[in-house]
Amino acid sequence: MATLETAPAHEAEHEHAGHEHLGFWRQYVFSTDHKVIGIQYAVTGLLFLFFGFCLVMLMRWQLAYPGRALPWLGKLFGEDRMPGGSMLPEFYNQLGAMHGTIMVFMGVVPLAVGGFGNFVLPLQIGAPDMAFPKINLASYWSYFLGGVTMLASFFVPGGAAQSGWTSYAPLSVIAGQGQTMWLFGMIFLITSSLLGSINFIVTTVQLRAPGLSWFRLPFFVWAQLVTSFLLLLAFPPLEAAGVMQLMDRLAGSSFFMPSGLVVSGQAAPYTGGGNPLLWQHLFWFLAHPEVYVLILPAFGIVSEVIANNTRKPLFGYKLMVYSLWFLGFMSFVVWAHHMFFTGMGTTMAAFFQTTTMIISIPSVVLLSSLLLSLWGGSIRFTTPMLFALAFLPMFGIGGLTGLPLGLSAADIPLHDTYYVIGHFHYVVAPGTLFALFAGIYYWFPKATGRKMNEFLGKLHFWPSLVFINGVFMPMFIQGFAGVSRRLYDGGASYDFAKGVIHWNVFMSISAWGLALAQIPFIINFFMSIRRGEKVGDNPWEATTLEWAAPSPPPHGNFVTAPEAYRGPYEYSVPGHPTDFTPQFLSATQQAG
Amino acid sequence: MEIPFTVAERPDTGLNNGKIGIWLFLASEVMLFGALFASYLMMRIGAAPGTWPRGDSILNVPLATVNTVVLISSSVTMVMAWASLKRNDFLKFRLFLGLTILAGFVFLTIKFFEYSAKFHHGLLPSKNTFLAIYFTLTGLHGLHVIGGMAINAYLWGPGAKLWKTDPEHFTNRVENSGLFWHFVDLVWIFLFPVLYLL
Repeated sequence: MATLETAPAHEAEHEHAGHEHLGFWRQYVFSTDHKVIGIQYAVTGLLFLFFGFCLVMLMRWQLAYPGRALPWLGKLFGEDRMPGGSMLPEFYNQLGAMHGTIMVFMGVVPLAVGGFGNFVLPLQIGAPDMAFPKINLASYWSYFLGGVTMLASFFVPGGAAQSGWTSYAPLSVIAGQGQTMWLFGMIFLITSSLLGSINFIVTTVQLRAPGLSWFRLPFFVWAQLVTSFLLLLAFPPLEAAGVMQLMDRLAGSSFFMPSGLVVSGQAAPYTGGGNPLLWQHLFWFLAHPEVYVLILPAFGIVSEVIANNTRKPLFGYKLMVYSLWFLGFMSFVVWAHHMFFTGMGTTMAAFFQTTTMIISIPSVVLLSSLLLSLWGGSIRFTTPMLFALAFLPMFGIGGLTGLPLGLSAADIPLHDTYYVIGHFHYVVAPGTLFALFAGIYYWFPKATGRKMNEFLGKLHFWPSLVFINGVFMPMFIQGFAGVSRRLYDGGASYDFAKGVIHWNVFMSISAWGLALAQIPFIINFFMSIRRGEKVGDNPWEATTLEWAAPSPPPHGNFVTAPEAYRGPYEYSVPGHPTDFTPQFLSATQQAG
Repeated sequence: MEIPFTVAERPDTGLNNGKIGIWLFLASEVMLFGALFASYLMMRIGAAPGTWPRGDSILNVPLATVNTVVLISSSVTMVMAWASLKRNDFLKFRLFLGLTILAGFVFLTIKFFEYSAKFHHGLLPSKNTFLAIYFTLTGLHGLHVIGGMAINAYLWGPGAKLWKTDPEHFTNRVENSGLFWHFVDLVWIFLFPVLYLL
C-alpha cells in the first residue's frame, strides 16, 4: 500500500529541507513563509477574539445587573470608565463598538482568511509558498498596526470609538478622538486585506500544482478564492467612506452632515449639504459582502472536515462551487436590506428584498449539500467533526432567522432589536467560530506534527454548544418583544421589556459559562504543541494535497513537488484498497 | 525555494504572477475611486437646487488643462520607457522614465499652486460639499501620483540593478509600474471634466 509507505520515506528528508539558517527574527517574526504568517495571523486573531469576548463579558455584567458595581475587577478600569466599579454609558458604548469591530475585522476575518487561508491554501494547491511572500509579510504587519491603533484608541481622551461598529454618521462625525483612531485603524486593516486578497487570488490562479485543474480544487480553496474577490472589491468603498469621514472630522467638510443639524441644542459647526445615508450605503456596500467573508471560509473548512469524516465525496461538489460564485456575485447587490428603516423608499426596498431572497437560494444549496453529504456516510465523530456538525444547524438557525429581516415589511418591527443581534451572532459565533475551531483541530497536526487531545476537545465542544445557545437563543425572545439593541440598561427602563428582561441574567451567566468552556481549549492548544500525540503526514487519512507534505512542512513545503492525479474527495471508491485515495497518488501508485 | 511564474508565463493562464497582481490591484482602485465618484453623484443630485457650483466658476480650468496635457504626455513617455527596454536600449529607458517622473513633478507643482490659491481665498473643504469632494478626489489622486513617482524613481535608480541580472523580470516590473501610471492618468481624465467642466 503505497500511501502508508510515502510517510516514512519523507521523514529523513524533511529534516534536511527545513534546514535553513535565517535567524530568529527572519524565521519567526518577519518571516515570508506563508505557514509562519498564517500562524501569526491565527494566533493574533485568536488573541483578538479573546479580547473582544472579554469586552462583551463586561457588557453582559451591565446588562444583567444594570448599574451595580462590578466586584473586584470594576475598580481597575478607573474613574472615567467605571466610577466605583459601575459602568458609565460612554464606556458601555465603547465596549459595544469595539466588540463588533474587533470580532469582525480583527478576530474572525484574520483567523479565517489570514490564518487558515495563508496556512492551508498554498499547501492544498501544492504550491511552495504564496505568489508574493513579501506582500504577504506586509499584509500581516499592516493588520498588526491596525490592531495596535484600535487598542491604543482606548487610551486617548474620551476613550475608544463609541458609535457602534457601523460608525453611523452624523453621530460618528461629532464623536471624540477615538473615532479618528478607529478610522486610521480601519485604513490599516483595509490595506492588509487588499494585499492579502490579491495574493490569494494570484496564488490560486498561478501556483496550482500540475494536474490540479479547476474542478480538482478542494472546496476550501474555492471558498477562499471567492472570499478574496469579495475583500478585494468590497473594501475599497469603505476606504473611500473612511477617507470622507476623516475629512468631515479633521477638515470640517460636510459629506455626511445634513443641513440644519442641531447637536445638544446648538447648531453644529458644519455648513451641511451632506447626506448621512451616503455613509450607510458605502458602509453596507462593504459590510454585506463582509458577512460572506465571515461565512464562506467557514463553509470551506466545514466541507473539508465533513468529507474527511464521512469518508464520502461532498454531495454536489460542482453545484456547491457554482452556488459559491453566484453567492459572491449577489452579495454585492443586497446591501440596502440593512437600510429598510431609513426611508429610502419602497422601490429601493422592493429591489433589495428581491435580491435578498435570491441570495438565500445558493446559501441553502450550500448548507443542504453539506447536510446531504452526511447521508450514508460512516461518520467518525472526531472533535473537528463535532464542531463541523454543530455548524450545520447553528448556521441554519442564523440563516433562517435572517429571512424575515430581508423582507422590508417584517424587518420594520424587528429592526435594531435583539432579534437582529441573535440572528447575526448565530451566523458568526456558533456558525463561523465553530467552523474555525473545527479547522484548528483538523489542521493542528499539519502545523505541529501532533494531534490535539480528543478528550479535552470534547470537553471544549459540548459545554460550548450548550452555553452558546444559552447566550443567543433568548435574544430572539427579547427581540420579538421589541427590546432594542445598544441599550445601556438592557431594556430595564422600558415597560414593554418587563416580561423578557429576566433573560438578561440567564444570557450573561451563559456567556460567562461559555468563557469557562474555552479553558479546555486553551489548555489543549498549548499542551498539544509540546505533548500531543505524534502523528505522521496524513493522520486523518485525507485526500487533499496538504497531507502530502511533511508535518510540519518545511520552508518550501513539499519534499518533492506534488502532482494531482484525481479529484479532491475520492473517499470510499469501490475497488480501491483503502477508503481514501489521495489526489497525489498516481494510478500506478494506487494500484500497487 | 523558487516561486514559479514570477517572470515566465504560466502556459495555461498565459500570464505571470505580477501581471495578474497589478490588474487585481487596479480593480480594487476602480472600486475606491468609483465609490468617490458615486458619492459625488449623490452629493450633486441631493444638493438644494441652484446651490451646486459649476466647476469653472471656482476652479482654474486653464491650469487643469495644462495638467491634463502633462499627465497624458507622461503616459506616452512611460510606454516609450518600457518599449526602450524591449528594444534593449537601457539609456533611452532612463531618459524616458526620467521624463515621466519629471512630468509627475510638474503636475504636482501646478497642483500645489492651484491648492494654495484656493486656501488663500478661503476655499476650504468646510466651505461646501463641492469643495469637499474636490479636495478629497484630487488629494487622493495626488497621493497616487506621488506613489507612482516613488515606484518609478525606484525603478530608475536602485531598482534598475535588476536589469543586469534579469532583464526580463525588470522589464515586467516597468510594465506593471506603467499600468499603474496609466491608471493614475485615467483617473485624472475622469476627474478633469467631472470637477472642472461640468
